[in-house]
Amino acid sequence: MTLPDWMLLLQWGDAGWGDEMVRGMLMTLAVAMAAFLLGIVIGTAGAAIKLSRYLAVRLIGEAYTTLIRGVPDLLVIYLLFFGGSMAAMAVARVFGYEEYIEIDAFAIGTIALGTISGAYATEVIRGAVLAVPKGQIEAAKACGMSRFLLFRRIMVPQVARFALPGLGNVWQLTLKDTSLISIVGLVEIMRQASVASGSTQKPFTFYLAAGVLYLVLTAFSNKGFGLAELWANRGVRRA
Amino acid sequence: MDIELMAEAFPKILSGLPVTMVLAASSLFLGFFLAIVIALLRTSRFRPLAGFAYSFVYVFRGTPLLVQIFLIYYGTGQFEAVRESFLWPVLREAWWCAILALTLNTGAYTSEIIRGGIQAVPFGQIEAAKACGMNAVMRFRRIVFPQAIRQALPAYGNEIILMIKSTSLASTITLLEMTGIARKLISQTYKPLEIFLIAAVFYLALVFIVTRVVAFIEYRLNPEQRDAARVPTAKDLQTAPIGDIDAGFR
Repeated sequence: MTLPDWMLLLQWGDAGWGDEMVRGMLMTLAVAMAAFLLGIVIGTAGAAIKLSRYLAVRLIGEAYTTLIRGVPDLLVIYLLFFGGSMAAMAVARVFGYEEYIEIDAFAIGTIALGTISGAYATEVIRGAVLAVPKGQIEAAKACGMSRFLLFRRIMVPQVARFALPGLGNVWQLTLKDTSLISIVGLVEIMRQASVASGSTQKPFTFYLAAGVLYLVLTAFSNKGFGLAELWANRGVRRA
Repeated sequence: MDIELMAEAFPKILSGLPVTMVLAASSLFLGFFLAIVIALLRTSRFRPLAGFAYSFVYVFRGTPLLVQIFLIYYGTGQFEAVRESFLWPVLREAWWCAILALTLNTGAYTSEIIRGGIQAVPFGQIEAAKACGMNAVMRFRRIVFPQAIRQALPAYGNEIILMIKSTSLASTITLLEMTGIARKLISQTYKPLEIFLIAAVFYLALVFIVTRVVAFIEYRLNPEQRDAARVPTAKDLQTAPIGDIDAGFR
């Protein structure tokens, strides 16, 4: 029995590219998760900044989200990719280190995608904070809760629930944006696909395989977020 | 900050602005018609058609645009049949591949926006239109479509902005639009921040113009939400001169 051409190309082991592609998928997943977590951290801080009492602070948050959301992601990645190693070298020069420094591709990818998803997460979390009914906050204060207790018991559980659908979108966006990180040289799905198609002259096969792998990732994580929403909304009365 | 370099980079990046705008405008234009077709197929009662539209949208929304661009630009050349067909002069050109990929992509996203708009039209209105004897085409043209567009406009504004940003990916297949030029300048000068800021100014200006235009169209399309068109109150009617009782209406 002879296998079709594309199956031979994608077989597991040394003869085919199957295992390399799956390893690329794991790298995509890893960098997307790292960037998403960083994005949530930045988003939480960003939401706090945008909800600040002080105009100057609010303007900083506004500038950040407007700039990142209004400019192509690719351009932001170029800035951080080229700017990152230069900034690191500038810092190193202060300590008397004169050699060329190349920042790890995974780190730069995480920082770049985290900066981008952080801007979107800021808006999602800000909206979720504003969705908590004011009366509940007043009631918590009237009960004598400290700011911290109010934050932990009243805000966090509800903000997390309100933000979940929006954060699901941010995750999808981050996952798909990882394909742009291939330009930094990180060997994720896209990079692996272009290496493979370069050496086999079968670009359609490998980019199609890449597309299928992304589809698998988005489909499963969609399902995951759906389940998480169900779980988060357990015990919430539905109209 | 190297102000001199920024002044030098300004006209160079400006020269990529038309490329960005033409890419975005033509794929949005073509994608809009594609989206209407897909949205109609999606709401079709004939299962295979609805299924086809669903999978089209699912695939294009579930994969990165970069994969779609590479698949069309690099991928199609793999097949002898494509290389010898009449399509090859089109698929060989980065320009047409970029427009094709962007059109298919925005078509998928926009169809979902339009579908949302179509489904938001109250069923009673469609029943009423049927009762008036309107046929399907007329119902769509007079009842469903105008309201669907109004409902969908804010989301479509976001899609326009997303598309303007997405054109930057055309630089990965050799097209020199604004991001492509910015990248070239950055690797020539090693001043990423300055070049980034100049390019950002152009993109933000485009985004700003789009948001203003969309807000204006939204204002024009929703006359019932404007002040001048609010239902006159009893006081308005009292002060209106006799014979001009509907002065409060437009």
